[in-house]
Amino acid sequence: MQVTITVNGLPYTREVEPRLLLVHFLRDELNLTGTHWGCDTSNCGVCTVQLDGVPVKSCTVLAVMADGHEVTTVEGLERDGELDAVQKGFMECHGLQCGFCTPGMLLTARWLLDREPHPDEGTIREAISGQLCRCTGYENIVKSIQRAAEL
Amino acid sequence: MSFGRMHRKEDARFIRGRGNYVDDVRLPGMLHGAILRSPHAHARILSIDTSAAEAHPKVRAVITGQTLAGLNLAWMPTLSNDVQAVLATDKVRFQGQEVAFVVAEDAYSARDALELIEVDYEPLDAVVDARRALDEDSPVIRDDLEGRTSNRIFDWEAGDRERTDAIFAGAEVTINQDMIYPRVHPAPLETCGAVADFDKVTGKLTVWCPTQAPHAHRTLYALVAGLPEHKIRVISPDIGGGFGGKVGIYPGYVCAIVGSIVTGRPVKWMEDRSENLMATAFARDYHMSGEVAATRDGVIQAIRVKVLADHGAFNGTAQPTKFPAGFFHVFTGSYDLQAAHCEVTGVYTNKAPGGVAYACSFRVTEAVYLVERLIDVLAAELGLDPAELRLRNLLKPDQFPYTSPTGWEYDSGDYIKTMRMAMDIAGYDKLRAEQADKRARGELMGIGISFFTEAVGAGPRKHMDILGLGMADGAELRVHPTGKAVLRVSCQSQGQGHETTFAQIVGHELGIPADDVEVVHGDTDQTPFGLGTYGSRSTPVSGAATAIVARKVRERARLVAAAMLECSPDDLDWQIDESAEGRAGSWAVRGDPASRKSMQEIALAAHSALELPDGVEGHLDAVTVYNPPNLTYPFGAYICVVDVDPGTGQVKVRRFVAVDDCGVRINPMIVEGQIHGGLADGVGMALMQVMAFDEEGNHLGASFMDYLLPTSMECPSWELGETVTPSPHHPLGAKGVGESATVGSPPAVVNAVVDALAPYGIRHADMPLTPANVWRVIQGDPFRTDLAIP
Amino acid sequence: MQVPAQFEYARAQSVSHALSLLDRYGPEARVVAGGHSLIPMMKLRLAQPEALIDINDLSELSRIEVEGGELVIGALVRHAELLASAPATGLFPIFQDAERVIADPIVRNRGTVGGSLCQGDPSEDLSAVFAALRATAIIEGGDGRRSVPIRDFHEGPYETAVQAGELLIELRVPATPGTGSAYVKVERRVGDWAVAAAGAVLSVAGGVIERAGIGLTAVGAEHFCAPEAEEYLTGREPGEEAFAEAGRIAAEHCSPQPDQRGPADYKRHLAAELTARALRTAMERI
Repeated sequence: MQVTITVNGLPYTREVEPRLLLVHFLRDELNLTGTHWGCDTSNCGVCTVQLDGVPVKSCTVLAVMADGHEVTTVEGLERDGELDAVQKGFMECHGLQCGFCTPGMLLTARWLLDREPHPDEGTIREAISGQLCRCTGYENIVKSIQRAAEL
Repeated sequence: MSFGRMHRKEDARFIRGRGNYVDDVRLPGMLHGAILRSPHAHARILSIDTSAAEAHPKVRAVITGQTLAGLNLAWMPTLSNDVQAVLATDKVRFQGQEVAFVVAEDAYSARDALELIEVDYEPLDAVVDARRALDEDSPVIRDDLEGRTSNRIFDWEAGDRERTDAIFAGAEVTINQDMIYPRVHPAPLETCGAVADFDKVTGKLTVWCPTQAPHAHRTLYALVAGLPEHKIRVISPDIGGGFGGKVGIYPGYVCAIVGSIVTGRPVKWMEDRSENLMATAFARDYHMSGEVAATRDGVIQAIRVKVLADHGAFNGTAQPTKFPAGFFHVFTGSYDLQAAHCEVTGVYTNKAPGGVAYACSFRVTEAVYLVERLIDVLAAELGLDPAELRLRNLLKPDQFPYTSPTGWEYDSGDYIKTMRMAMDIAGYDKLRAEQADKRARGELMGIGISFFTEAVGAGPRKHMDILGLGMADGAELRVHPTGKAVLRVSCQSQGQGHETTFAQIVGHELGIPADDVEVVHGDTDQTPFGLGTYGSRSTPVSGAATAIVARKVRERARLVAAAMLECSPDDLDWQIDESAEGRAGSWAVRGDPASRKSMQEIALAAHSALELPDGVEGHLDAVTVYNPPNLTYPFGAYICVVDVDPGTGQVKVRRFVAVDDCGVRINPMIVEGQIHGGLADGVGMALMQVMAFDEEGNHLGASFMDYLLPTSMECPSWELGETVTPSPHHPLGAKGVGESATVGSPPAVVNAVVDALAPYGIRHADMPLTPANVWRVIQGDPFRTDLAIP
Repeated sequence: MQVPAQFEYARAQSVSHALSLLDRYGPEARVVAGGHSLIPMMKLRLAQPEALIDINDLSELSRIEVEGGELVIGALVRHAELLASAPATGLFPIFQDAERVIADPIVRNRGTVGGSLCQGDPSEDLSAVFAALRATAIIEGGDGRRSVPIRDFHEGPYETAVQAGELLIELRVPATPGTGSAYVKVERRVGDWAVAAAGAVLSVAGGVIERAGIGLTAVGAEHFCAPEAEEYLTGREPGEEAFAEAGRIAAEHCSPQPDQRGPADYKRHLAAELTARALRTAMERI
């Protein structure tokens, strides 16, 4: 099937099988490998991207379901050479180690701050509770998002 | 900046989605592999029919054990001198074992083709419970090994049995406790995988693979595949977490290599999450029975331990050769004992191989859990506060270096100071008062303590090797004419931030900005030999190598500086100027500090036409190999506070205080991050992570729906403290910290929960302390956490 | 990574279009909305539908409104939308309690109310919530719309009243003011399926319980409800003793199965404990 998906502001038209997962569309068709995958069951959240501005797990969305919609990936966060506040926050507060969960965390953080510019610790923890991190014990991810709120 | 909180260099790519993990590697003409796995835990393979899969239009090759047998590759050596099937030929021995490998034009077609392979199995009885593995009527799993008539792998002991038994015979008080450290999995968020590219013309094999030990992999591939080692290049790209699960060689890697050799095209293989949990290295699975002998006033005299170690179907534990139970015999912990003895029996079961993985420091994890649980059981027996009991028995600063009853030489420590700091941060006495109030109201609150001593940085080559490869690490340092440096090391970051900390070490030693140092790692064609990153060994071994190679460069610079300043090298002093811009190092004439040459000036001169004295080579490059004289022994005191809901058994970790002493901290920000992660591991293992098996050997934790990892909601905000007792033998005084918190935290959580349950007369409960488990423990009817819940 | 087998895909433009697509592709077609139950099953190849009918564009199924004395929740309402809905959670805080513990925030952005119910998982949370609320499911097929009381909706594990060729349209809940409601769940970890959970809806008149609704999940309660306990409570003075007894009765009529979330006796205990807790909170909220 032919699909047209707007990714990071640019429309991409591709011929795909209906079964192609959105995460593979992004990684394999568009070579946007910043979006990772870590499980098959929508538990780990490392595949999180924004679909029409809302974070979703792209391993559980078919590319055909995103036809005509807008997707934002980690590659779309930096604008005109300027890092997004969440990217800066994660760098400043050591919010990442291996970096594998980071893109998904950044996209959820961006969404959270768009809706709630100054979230408290509990709100942040709840917002990222569907995304696993094996390195940071979440401490510095929470701090990074708090820092991003100040930037 | 040299040592200190420097932001990480590697973050610039990760926050932009520009990391390069193995699944991001794409090569022209690349094919995709997928593995067919056994649905049975134990079964004879009667036949495999691959014809339908081969007929799939996008399939390029189907490889079975028989194909591999023809190449003499059906079996491969493990890291413990056993063999493991690459693809099963005779039997399958665990659920999820590799049976066939399909290579297709794309990953989806490879998966489709797996469904077209027909395997006829004759199911056999499975050995699931390690405690039954040695029963007379237990099926023999490894009938491939000649002469094997039981599932016993080894019996091993350490310590002084006679002396220990004698102390027990005369002891005023003895306690004993059985406990399981259940089978868990490191579960890095990136699964394992490989891209293999064999160039038939040059005979060169390149393997991209997220390995924690690229050089060891290269040598093993040479041994397994019979390829000349100089024609093998292993590239370990960015790794999405390792935690010990990416040390060994998995059958999928070998299959990808064979697939590339057979098809003449690059082959990528990526396992899915279920494959990762079912077939790659598990950790722990220790069934322990411990005893303590003590005086009535709480002086611990001796510890005696028996262990049944479940190694799965192939003995693939990754630890130094001489130690089949890893460093478990460091189980006397942080205490001053007269004697100790342990016996460990390793057995085969119908489960995946592994055992040493998951930030365990070669089984110090199991040892610390054992001793820290035993101390609490003893405290309950004696009616003593567990903090007080520990304070009475902790080693004193003047006892270091301390030789333990099982032969370890602890390098340095000031344990009581660390313990006191943890108690102060926690407000220990106040917590006990709060607990007393709550208990009076029928509420369950628990305070758990763990004091651990780690043994990391393997290790001295006279004692430690893996498959004959000594555990020394090389380092190469090049200083370019403009004073910028490139460090090449063998260790491999999986998130530890080596590109930053190792640059800081070089910057510190050479007096140049860390930003001027590039760290090259993860490519065997570009780095010197070394055994990799696991067992918290990067800073203790490769970090030491880095400091020493930088000091060699500094000494070479001294000779050049002497030529520049026309003086004797002996008349020069190394001078460091700290400023806001950073740390500038120079060689200066003694008594005339204005006459000096900076490292940048020296570097340029070393590459220039400057006439150098006889015997002084030009340039500043240096190489070294560091063979550690001893392990390093980081330690720490952890205090966990929990609340337990008696009606549901739910546990909430309210606070967690961690005071770590890992010697000198190169980058405290990174050290704290490592500790945070390990603490979350401890909460996970103590409360939810477990891989149990039903009686047929079905894996009951084969996805993230069933193998639960802690989220941001289960983790409290960690409260850290720090003491610094430098290692006397490490050139920087550093000790390694990567695994400390994973080792030290589980007993703190378990001790807290058991403490909360003390009003019920409970002294022990096995991990994981799920709501169901806690409730059943309260009812006095606990279940085996490593088996299916009946 | 696990990937689904091949299938055909069609995107519906309207309810009638969806029904005609279902008709065209036949019984091996499945409706997909959020996909968070179906797609993982397809990746495991436990489900291999021949066609997927995507209903994500059917905005008429996305409404949350009070209409004719009933709270109407469309089948395509995302969990996150229900959680954020003032009309729904204002009337029935049980929605807020439950939605906060269904999967995780990212899954809730995508997963739908109708999808959860139609999956028919015996551990699903909203099934117990709607059972406690005595909701009505509106189902549409070629022959038009029909109403099914929610307590007849689930016909067994993974089996519902929605037949081949039919579509769940919405849930309707009598918008009775003056009720209190609550949902309590025990899970091994945030985001996990329930070990056990209980929902309660209470209304009180003249000092006695006028009407009680109890929903239970993951404990083998038939149709996710506890009619014997509800009957016991009706006409009785609310209080700890009555709630504890209602919990005991509810537990007695459950048939929990042991699994890695817990043994049967524990789940039965939770059925009692959580029923009492939910009733207590529901009472406090009246």
